[in-house]
Amino acid sequence: MKRDPRDLVRYTAGERINHWIVGISFILLGVSGLALFHPAFFPFTMLFGGPTWTRILHPFLGVLMAVFFVFMFFRFLKNNLMRRIDWQWIGRIGEMVDGSDETMPAQGKYNGGQKLLFWLLALCMLLLIPSGILLWQVYFDFSVEARRWAAVIHSAAAVVMICLIFVHVYAAIWVKGTIRSMWYGTVTRAWARQHHRNWYEEVTKS
Amino acid sequence: MASLDIQARSATTTPSPGVRDYPDVAKLIDISKCIGCKACQVACMEWNDLRDVVGENTGSYQNPPDLDAKSWTLMRFYEVEPEPNRLEWLIRKDGCMHCADPGCLAACPSPGAIVKYSNGIVDFNQEHCIGCGYCITGCPFDIPRISQTDHKAYKCSLCSDRVAVGLEPACVKTCPTGAITFGSKPDMIDYAVDRVRDLQGRGFKNAALYDPPGVGGTHVMYVLQHADRPELYGLPQDPTISPLVELWKGVAKPVAIGVMAAVGLTALFHYITRGPNAVSKEIEEDEERKAKEEQQV
Repeated sequence: MKRDPRDLVRYTAGERINHWIVGISFILLGVSGLALFHPAFFPFTMLFGGPTWTRILHPFLGVLMAVFFVFMFFRFLKNNLMRRIDWQWIGRIGEMVDGSDETMPAQGKYNGGQKLLFWLLALCMLLLIPSGILLWQVYFDFSVEARRWAAVIHSAAAVVMICLIFVHVYAAIWVKGTIRSMWYGTVTRAWARQHHRNWYEEVTKS
Repeated sequence: MASLDIQARSATTTPSPGVRDYPDVAKLIDISKCIGCKACQVACMEWNDLRDVVGENTGSYQNPPDLDAKSWTLMRFYEVEPEPNRLEWLIRKDGCMHCADPGCLAACPSPGAIVKYSNGIVDFNQEHCIGCGYCITGCPFDIPRISQTDHKAYKCSLCSDRVAVGLEPACVKTCPTGAITFGSKPDMIDYAVDRVRDLQGRGFKNAALYDPPGVGGTHVMYVLQHADRPELYGLPQDPTISPLVELWKGVAKPVAIGVMAAVGLTALFHYITRGPNAVSKEIEEDEERKAKEEQQV
């Protein structure tokens, strides 16, 4: 549904569904993972049917997220390749943080910060998936030393990823008119022109 | 056991009740006196009601081949030549060492699944065990085993139930040669000193007590003929909790919470100091003008 026929389509239904499968599984993984990481969060195990269920479910949720993350990675890969302009944008990120991005280098569908986030999240997943398999001792039998390394890497990558997602969610809340693109797929022309000028030019030309 | 007897508890960041003080107990295993009869294995099975599957002969007296959720103690047989052409048949009763600083307890994420009693015994409470296997990564001696039946971790309890009522562990009671003794830790060290002196007098000049300080000492100790080379018995030279586990279960936990909280609070304060990043009125009006123009055409 378009509120205004002039609105621009930013995400297709398929992209949105894919994003939210990853998003929901990420939240469940984060909560269950924290429960097993620090006793302060152990009560979260009650959200998953108890501590043992938390231990059983966490890795299966991990598989779900990994599969849909890979789909999403390839869907969004082309628009996230880093170019020189993106590094220039990142170099001036202070202006963005100040809330005055209209004077910054014009951006395509994604700005340098979003692209950097994309790659950092992919790197986190690249660390989380194999280390998670190493720790999944019900089905795999790896050496104790490998599992010690895996525990450290898995925890560290998870904490970094949680922080990155905080930034991702906050950016969506902070930049008004953004979240609707992940709900029903469209943004206003004014939004696109202010935040992603090159993308705006590209999609309004035709 | 009453909660007052617990000295340390897994995944618990506040102190356990600790007003009462009990003497540390210890089991001393004198390898020079062991004849490998496996009576201790049988007694352990019997007292703890465990029946491991009957295994197959793998060319050694060692049976079963490894510790298991149903085999909490195991005679390990080593044929070694500490000096060339001098064969020695070393037999070590393997099982939980009951570390004063237990790595399993440090690694366990489930509150109360692993406890250390104030007499030094480290015990697993299977009803709180979630089956994650972290205790295995914490243990420097490779002792805990996850059961394939119920996915809970098991190991020697030092017969905490027997000790609680003033009895010695089942293996100690049954040992026919007196190779296993049990008592207060200072008494066991005194006894070990005598045994070491005797062995040294009989030519085992490197005989000594194995009570590794890297894990704060243990509540199961060995008298070794060749204490300079514990690897001959399959024992680590200087066991400690792995630095990786120390990092993961130590400084990483508060640092992680601090970093996540800092990022979240920074976002909140950014919002309330800078305000939302909304589309500028100017651009919005310009787009509205364009829309009107298009309608008129």
